[in-house]
Amino acid sequence: MSQNKKNKLFVGGQLRGALLQSFVKLNPRKMFRNPVMFAVEVGTAIMFAVTIYMILSGDTRQGSVGYNITVSFVLLLTLLFANFAEAIAEARGKAQADSLRKTREETPAKWIQVVGDTYVNEIKIVPSSQLKKGDMFLCEAGDTIPMDGEIMKGIATIDESAITGESAPVIRESGGDKSSVTGGTKVLSDSIKVKVTTEPGESFLDKMIALVEGASRQKTPNEIALTILLAGFTLVFVLVCVTLRPFSEYANSPITIAAFVSLFVCLIPTTIGGLLSAIGIAGMDRSLRANVITKSGKAVETAGDIDTLLLDKTGTITIGNRKATNFFAAPGIDEIHFTKSLVLSSMADETPEGKSIIELAGINPSSLQLEQPRFIKFTAETRSSGIDFGQTKIRKGAADAIKSIVEKAGNLYPAEIAERVSIISRDGGTPLVVSENSKVLGVIELQDIIKPGIHERFERLRKMGIKTVMVTGDNPLTAKYIAEKAGVDDFIAEAKPEDKMNYIRREQQEGKLVAMMGDGTNDAPALAQADVGVAMNSGTQAAKEAGNMVDLDNDPTKLIEIVEIGKQLLMTRGTLTTFSIANDIAKYFAIVPALFIVSIPALQHLNIMNLHSPESAILAAVIFNALIIPALIPLALKGVAYKPIGASALLRRNLLIYGLGGVIVPFIGIKLIDMVLALFM
Amino acid sequence: MNTEMTGIIACFLLTVIIAFPLGKYIAKVFKGEKTFTDFLNPLERFIFRFCGIDPKQEMSWKQHLVALLSINMIWFVYAFIILIFQGNLFLNPDGNPGMSPDLSFNTAISFLVNCNLQHYSGETGLTYLSQLLVIAFLQFVSAATGIAAVVVLFRAFAGKTTDQLGNFFVFFTKSITRILIPLSILVATILVFNGTPASFDGKDSIVNLQGDSVQVSRGPAAGMIAIKHLGTNGGGWFGVNSAHPLENPNYLTNMVEIIAQVIIPVALIFAFGFFIKRKKFAHIVFGVMTVGMLVFMVPNIISEASGSPALASMNLADKAAMEGKEVRFGVAASAYWQVMTTIISTGSVNSMHDSSMPLSGGIQMLGMMTNSFYGGVGVGILNYFIFIIIAVFISGLMVGRTPEFMGRKIEAREIKIASLIALLHPFLILAGAALSSYTLVNNGDAAWAVPPGSWLNNPGSHGFSEMLYEYTSAAANNGSGFEGLGDGNFFWNVTTGFVLILGRFLPIIGPVAIAGLLASKKFIPESAGTLKTDTVTFGIMTYAVIMIIAALAFFPALTLGPIAEFFGMR
Repeated sequence: MSQNKKNKLFVGGQLRGALLQSFVKLNPRKMFRNPVMFAVEVGTAIMFAVTIYMILSGDTRQGSVGYNITVSFVLLLTLLFANFAEAIAEARGKAQADSLRKTREETPAKWIQVVGDTYVNEIKIVPSSQLKKGDMFLCEAGDTIPMDGEIMKGIATIDESAITGESAPVIRESGGDKSSVTGGTKVLSDSIKVKVTTEPGESFLDKMIALVEGASRQKTPNEIALTILLAGFTLVFVLVCVTLRPFSEYANSPITIAAFVSLFVCLIPTTIGGLLSAIGIAGMDRSLRANVITKSGKAVETAGDIDTLLLDKTGTITIGNRKATNFFAAPGIDEIHFTKSLVLSSMADETPEGKSIIELAGINPSSLQLEQPRFIKFTAETRSSGIDFGQTKIRKGAADAIKSIVEKAGNLYPAEIAERVSIISRDGGTPLVVSENSKVLGVIELQDIIKPGIHERFERLRKMGIKTVMVTGDNPLTAKYIAEKAGVDDFIAEAKPEDKMNYIRREQQEGKLVAMMGDGTNDAPALAQADVGVAMNSGTQAAKEAGNMVDLDNDPTKLIEIVEIGKQLLMTRGTLTTFSIANDIAKYFAIVPALFIVSIPALQHLNIMNLHSPESAILAAVIFNALIIPALIPLALKGVAYKPIGASALLRRNLLIYGLGGVIVPFIGIKLIDMVLALFM
Repeated sequence: MNTEMTGIIACFLLTVIIAFPLGKYIAKVFKGEKTFTDFLNPLERFIFRFCGIDPKQEMSWKQHLVALLSINMIWFVYAFIILIFQGNLFLNPDGNPGMSPDLSFNTAISFLVNCNLQHYSGETGLTYLSQLLVIAFLQFVSAATGIAAVVVLFRAFAGKTTDQLGNFFVFFTKSITRILIPLSILVATILVFNGTPASFDGKDSIVNLQGDSVQVSRGPAAGMIAIKHLGTNGGGWFGVNSAHPLENPNYLTNMVEIIAQVIIPVALIFAFGFFIKRKKFAHIVFGVMTVGMLVFMVPNIISEASGSPALASMNLADKAAMEGKEVRFGVAASAYWQVMTTIISTGSVNSMHDSSMPLSGGIQMLGMMTNSFYGGVGVGILNYFIFIIIAVFISGLMVGRTPEFMGRKIEAREIKIASLIALLHPFLILAGAALSSYTLVNNGDAAWAVPPGSWLNNPGSHGFSEMLYEYTSAAANNGSGFEGLGDGNFFWNVTTGFVLILGRFLPIIGPVAIAGLLASKKFIPESAGTLKTDTVTFGIMTYAVIMIIAALAFFPALTLGPIAEFFGMR
C-alpha cells in the first residue's frame, strides 16, 4: 500500500457531498431498508407534527413549545448523523475508486478493424469507451492500455504503478498465466495485441464501485442476521413504550409525547443502527485501499472466517526461484577448474538458477575465451543442459540424468557424489550434478530462500486459527523441509492442479472454509471451489472470473490482510452492537425517573445522576444519543483493531472496552450534557 | 438467623449432590445405555406396543413438534371436559361443584402448560377425581413433555450432522417411567410419614382448643404434592399450597419439597453435559445459573430479614418481615423458597408472596421475567438456549467470526426465531398488564361479575405489582401469584389462559426448531479462532445478555410497581 492512499478520515470535498447526501437519504423509501433508523424517522415525524399542532393550537399539555422544538430537531439531527455516517463512508470508497477509475478514462485506443471473422491489419483510433467485449486493440510502447483484456499476441513490459503503486515494470505475454492486462496501465516496451474481455462498465473495478456506491450493495448474511436482531430489540422497545401509556394512566402520571418518543429513540439501538451500513461500506473501502477488488461484500466477511489457506510456495513462501548456495567438487577434481566449468555450463543459461550459479562462482563469463562454443539447451528428455567447445563437453542436470550419461560411458559414478546428492535433497535443496566429458566434476546445491518475516506471518495466522498449506511442485522430501523451515502446517508436494482442488474439497467436507490465491488458468477450478479465491491481477481472465477477489498488487501474502479486514468488519459490528445496547442502562436511569418523578416523588432516588430537571434529563439523553453517532464514525470507518490473541481473550477485551465502557460512558456523557443544559433551563 | 441460614445452605448443597448423579443417570436413560432401572424395559415395551409406537422410528424436529403439540391438544380437551362435569362424577365425597367454562379453560390450560396458576381453591374447587385424573395426571405429562423436548435438544448437539433426533414418545414415556414416577414415590412416602394425608375420605371434623368445630379438608394428597414439586408444577392440593400444615407439615418436608423442585432442572443441566460429552459446558451453564440465582437470593433474604422500615422504629427484637410467613419455617427458608420457586417455574409457595417486601416481590418477578436460571423442568434449558444463541451471535461478531455454537453456524433464520422468542416473553407480560391497567382505569365500573374496580386489594404501586405479577407468572408458566388480586373471574381466566398457552408452546417450538435446524447443518471443527462456549468469559456474556434483556424490557414496569413501592416505604 503506497503512502498517499492512507488519507485522512475526512476530506473537505467529501464532507460537503456527504452533508448533502445526509438530507437526500432522509427519503423514507431508502430509510425503510434500515428498520432501526426508520423507526427514528417515524418518531421524528410524530414530534414535528406535535410541535406544529402545538404552535397552531396553543395547546400546552405537551410541555413548552421550545422544549418540543428542541426535541424534534435533536431527533432530526440523529437521523442526519446516521445518514452522514453512511454518506461519508460511501464518499471515501468512491474517492478511492475514482482515483483508480481516473486512470482509465477516455484513452484513445488503437482498434483493430474486423471484417466478418477476420481481423484485418488496419488500425483505427477510437475512444476507449467504444470498445466492446471481444474487440481487439493494439498497444505499442508508450501507449496507455485502454481496457482490461487478455494479450493475444506479443510480449511487453508494462508499468502498473497506476494501480499498484509499484514502480518496477512487469512482463506480460500471450499464452501462459501472465496474459492479463489492466486498463490504465502503460506499455513500456514492445507491442501487444489485446482482446477486450469485459463490456464497458462491467469491469471488476466498475462492479466494485457500484458495490461501494450502494446501488447494488446486497446485505451480507451476517448483516441480515444482525438487522433482524436489531429489529427485534426495536420491537421490544415499541412494546415497552406502548404499554407504558396504560401503566402511566394507572399511576396517574401522564407522559408527554415528547417523552415517549425520546424514550423510544434513546432505547432502540440507534448507534449501531445508524452506523451499520457505514461499517459495511468501510470494510469494502478498506479492502480497496489494500488494493484488492472484491466482487461482493460477502467475500470480505467470508475471508474473516477462513480456516485453511492454500499458498503457492514460489513467490509466496520463498523468494522467486532457487539459488545456488554451495559447490561441492568430486574427489580429485580441482576446485578452480570445477568452478570455471560451472560458469561455462551456465553462461547461456537464462534461468534464475543458472544466473545464480554464475553469481556464486564470481567469475565473469565474458572473461573466458572459447572456440566455437555450442550451447546445449535443457530439454525434458535429457533433463540436462550444457556447452560443447573444442573437445570438451560439459553437462549439468538432475543427478540421475548425469549418472546415466556417466555410466553409459563406462565411467564410475563416485559414491561420495551420490551421498552428497542425497544430503542436499534431505535438507530441502536441489542437487545439480555437473560432468565433463562424461566424468563427474561435482555437485551444485540449489536452495530455496525463504522470505524474511514469513515465519512470523504464519505464526500470526496460526494464532488466528488459520491452517496454512503450502502448494509446491517439489518432491515430498524437499517440500517437507521447506514447510518446516517456513512454519506452514501442511503441504501438498508434487502438486498437480487437481490436487489443489481435491485438497480444498476435502477440507470443505470437514466443514472448513478455504481460501487460496492463484493466477493460472489451471487454477480457475480451484479458485471457484475455494470459499475465498483471490486471483492475481496479472493472472489469466479465467482465473479472475473464477475467484471472488482480484489482488491488484499480485501479492500472494495479501490474503493475510484480507482475513484481517474480514474479521475487523464483523468485530466492528459486534462491538458497536454491544456498546449500543449497554448504553441503554444509563439512558433508563436518565429518562425513567424523569417520566414519573412528578407523580411519584419517591422515584427521585432513582435519579442517581442527579439530573437537573425532567426536561433536561430527557433532552440530555436524546442529545447524547445523537452525538454518540458522529463520535463513533471514525471507529466505524477505521474498524476495531484485530489482535490475534485467541477468541476468548479477544471477547474479554472487547467486552471490557465496549460492554463495560458502553455502560459507563453514557452516565458521564449524559451528566455533562445535563450540566450544560442546566445553564439554560 | 444462623440456624436458618445453615438450613437453606444445606438445602442447596443437598440439591447439587443429588442432582449430579441424577443428571448422569438421566443422560444414560435417554442414550439408551444400561441403568439400574432397566427392569422397567418390559413395562415400556408393553406401553409402546399397546399404543402402537415404534420406538426405533426416528423423528425430525418437525415431527417431534407435531407429536408434542397434538398429544397436548388431546389432554387439553380431556381435562377441560372432566373439570366441567366433575360435580356429577364419582370420587367427590365433599360434593364440590363442576367448574364454570372460563375457569375450566384456565385450569386445564394452566396445568397442561406446567404453570398451575390456580384461580380456585383445591378444597372446594376440585373433586378427588379431578385432583388425581386431571391435576396430578397433567402434572406428570406436562413435566414429561418438557423433559422430552429438552432431550430433542440434547440429541441435536450430540452427534454430527443429522436430522434424525430420536422418538418423541420414547423420550416422553421414559421421562415418566424412569424419572418422575420413581422419584415421586420416594418423595410421597416421605411426605406421608410426616403427616401429609393420603386418604380418599372426605372432610374430617375436629374440635379445637377453643371448642369450635372445624372442618378439615383432606384427600389423596401426598402423591400429587410429590409430583407438583418434582415436575416444577407447583399447583397445590390445598388453596394455600405448601404453606398449608397438611401439605407441608414440618421443616423436614419443607426441605424435601424445596429440594424436590430443584433437582430435576439442575440434573438436566448436568445431563446435557453428559449427553453431548461436554461436561465443562454444562458446568459453566450451571455456574451462570447459580450466580443468577444468588444475585436474586441474597438481596431477597436480606430484604426479608431486615423487614419493613415502618417496624424499624418500634424497637422489636426481630425485625424480619413475618407477615404472610409460616413460623414453622421462618424468614430464611421462606425467602429461599420464594426465589427458587420463581426462577424455576414451580410456583408453589410456603409463604404469601403478596406480603413479601417490595424489593423481594420485584426480585420474584425478575426471577420469572428471566425464567432461565435453572428454570422449569426441561423448558429452563430451552429458555436459556435462546439467550445462548443471542449471546453467541453478538460475541461471535465481537471476535470477528461468523457466530457458531457447537460447531454449527448461527445464521439469519436462527436469529429470527431466537429474537421472536426473546420478544414473546416481554410481549405477553407487558401487553397483559397494559390490558388490565387500561381496563381498570377506563372501565372500572363495568357491570361484570367482578367489576375491574374491585380486582385489587391494594391501591397504587402494590396493586400494579399484583397485576404485573399475575401475567409474569402466567407467561413464565410459574403459577404463583400475588394473591391480593381477585383473579377468579372471566377477564383473568381468559386473558391469562391465552398468555399461558403462548408462553408455553412457542418457547418450546422455537428452541427445538433452532436445535433441529442447527443439527442438520454442516459441522465445523473448532480452531483457535472459534469462540469457545464453555469458558467463564462466555458465561459472563450469557448472563449479561439475560439480565440486560430483562432489565431493558421490564425496567419501566418494575419502576411503577415494586421499585416505586420500595422507595415509597423509605
